[in-house]
Amino acid sequence: MTPLNLTPALPEIFVLALACVVLLVEAFSKKPEWSYTLTQLTLVGAGAITLLTAEAGKVYAFNGMFVDDLMGDVLKLVSYAAAIVAVAYSRAYLSERAMFRGEYFVLVLFAVLGMMVMISASHFLTLYLGLELLSLSLYTLVALQRDSMVASEAAMKYFVLGALASGFLLYGMSILYGMTGSLELTKVVAAVEQGSSSLLAFGLVFVVAGLAFKLGVAPFHMWVPDIYHGAPSAVTLFIGSAPKLAAFAIVMRLLVDGLHPAVGDWQQMLAIMAVLSLMIGNLAAIMQSNLKRMLAYSTIAHMGFLLLGVLADSYAGYSAAMFYVITYALMSLGAFGMVVYLSRAGFEAENLDDFKGLNARHPWLAAVMAMVMLSLAGLPPFVGFYAKLTVLQALVGAGWLWLAVIAVIFSLIGAFYYLRVVKLMYFDAPHANDLAPSGEADVRALLSLNGLGVLVLGLVPQPLLALCAYAIQTSIQ
Amino acid sequence: MEFTSLVFYIFSAILLLASLRVITAKNPVHAALSLVLAFFTAGCLWMLLEAEFLAITLVLVYIGAVMVLFLFVVMMLDINIEEMRRGFWENLPLAALVAILMMVEMATVLGGSRFGLTPPAPKPADYSNTRELGLQLYTDYVYPFELAAVILLVAMVAAIALTLRRRPGRKWVDPAEQIKVKRNDRLRLVSMAPQKPAAPKAAEEEEA
Repeated sequence: MTPLNLTPALPEIFVLALACVVLLVEAFSKKPEWSYTLTQLTLVGAGAITLLTAEAGKVYAFNGMFVDDLMGDVLKLVSYAAAIVAVAYSRAYLSERAMFRGEYFVLVLFAVLGMMVMISASHFLTLYLGLELLSLSLYTLVALQRDSMVASEAAMKYFVLGALASGFLLYGMSILYGMTGSLELTKVVAAVEQGSSSLLAFGLVFVVAGLAFKLGVAPFHMWVPDIYHGAPSAVTLFIGSAPKLAAFAIVMRLLVDGLHPAVGDWQQMLAIMAVLSLMIGNLAAIMQSNLKRMLAYSTIAHMGFLLLGVLADSYAGYSAAMFYVITYALMSLGAFGMVVYLSRAGFEAENLDDFKGLNARHPWLAAVMAMVMLSLAGLPPFVGFYAKLTVLQALVGAGWLWLAVIAVIFSLIGAFYYLRVVKLMYFDAPHANDLAPSGEADVRALLSLNGLGVLVLGLVPQPLLALCAYAIQTSIQ
Repeated sequence: MEFTSLVFYIFSAILLLASLRVITAKNPVHAALSLVLAFFTAGCLWMLLEAEFLAITLVLVYIGAVMVLFLFVVMMLDINIEEMRRGFWENLPLAALVAILMMVEMATVLGGSRFGLTPPAPKPADYSNTRELGLQLYTDYVYPFELAAVILLVAMVAAIALTLRRRPGRKWVDPAEQIKVKRNDRLRLVSMAPQKPAAPKAAEEEEA
């Protein structure tokens, strides 16, 4: 038994303690405003602690169940930022729909805690527990609007399919445990190197299927459009941003840290899933008339692109995937944030038609939305272009030319539906039903920053790219 | 055949039959009772594996607490399960075929020999399972243990957030307010001028 070292897990402990405080404050004060402020302060505090304890190199704690490395720290910091922005965007939306309650903030904090656990897991058990903590909080968040039938249906679907995915993952893990005799990723990787067998492939199939469910890539994508569409927009905004970072982290931990000797096996699976996701995501998004559904299909396509970076199996590929997922979180926050910002009591700005002629009424909002859409489409000078470019470079560098060609073709097809939104905003006559933004100055400023961030990161992508590359190099052996 | 193997096969047969009854019984109470039997037999199997503490916990927690609650709910709700799963018997042959095929396929891949299993050496008689479990749980596995506790907390928050409804017009008492009550809130002293009783006069009239 090694002495207990709690320092690496300080951010987790801090978030857990403060989440419990928020729970108590809500119970006794009955003032959601306090919970809101405390939640934001908690996330900022966690960010400060993570920054102060960050160091290059891997530090293990809790008997090898917890790992603190630079990749984890960067992903955690982006997750906090995404959660802060998502909660700030949602404030007006929630209070207009009687959801501005302490439970929302407590569940967001617990979801963030789940993501942190997943990001820092180096043991099958902690990986699974973090995933369940995140999923359970998300199911509840989706169902929080109790009087809405659509939201309840979405929560039910999410819960059943999520449970199925957890079962897959757990089954695969148990097979791998039976084969390697350990749940610890460092020991699993050593045991897998000893000899691979058909059993390894069998367990791997289940693990990859479970991961694919959680990432939302084809052919395990069926839940994504329904949940994105059915959930209250503020919850969709949260689900669409930070959890993607955690999903990327567990893919890296499981497949790269834990099962790298079986790279030949999982590369093929990821390649098939990536091609299917790019195809289904981009083609199905064209048919959608609902913006939330369209963005859900676009998520599927983007997650497919993310897998391309991972399967390139090189430092360049991993860091490209990391850059991709961070910038995707930023763009997703901008797109869903606009949907939330333009909605008002009794009206959801979620149909494409609602955005007709936005430029005539609110030129600056239209400009921000246009920047986000062009970035999602992958047009220069926005950051989406660099994200796609680095992934493609890594892919070609690893010799997967045909995959890169397919990715480019489907990205071109995908550009159509993003540009359609821009066309609706700028060239169509305004809709009779005028959009009335909630009008909070701080949220408006944040949204503008978000849009400008997409542009600025696109003009100077080097620092973030270098940070991702450095984090991956110090974290992956 | 060793005696323990014989016991193992008998318990396994009972466990399988009981599990089958859980999903095929038409009466929900019978299904719940079969589940009790299945849990108990599983507990016996664990006992064979020298996991005494877990076996007793299974019996105490699942049969003693969870299943009793289940039985109460099933009896109170009086649901007609047969109505709810009308398709069950129609689809059973096909589903059974698929299940058996999958089992055979997996058995070919997942034979015990592939895992390189060797039976562990039996522990001495004074070996304490409970002590080992406690040591492991609160030292090496303290992190997952705490995480599991957090998950239960989230489940509680979720259950309350999703089901608690404050109905308007509900009558309730706040104990905190109740004990803060002062004598003056409840009792009013009224000073009245003394009055002569008027009753005797009426009584006289009645007599007359």
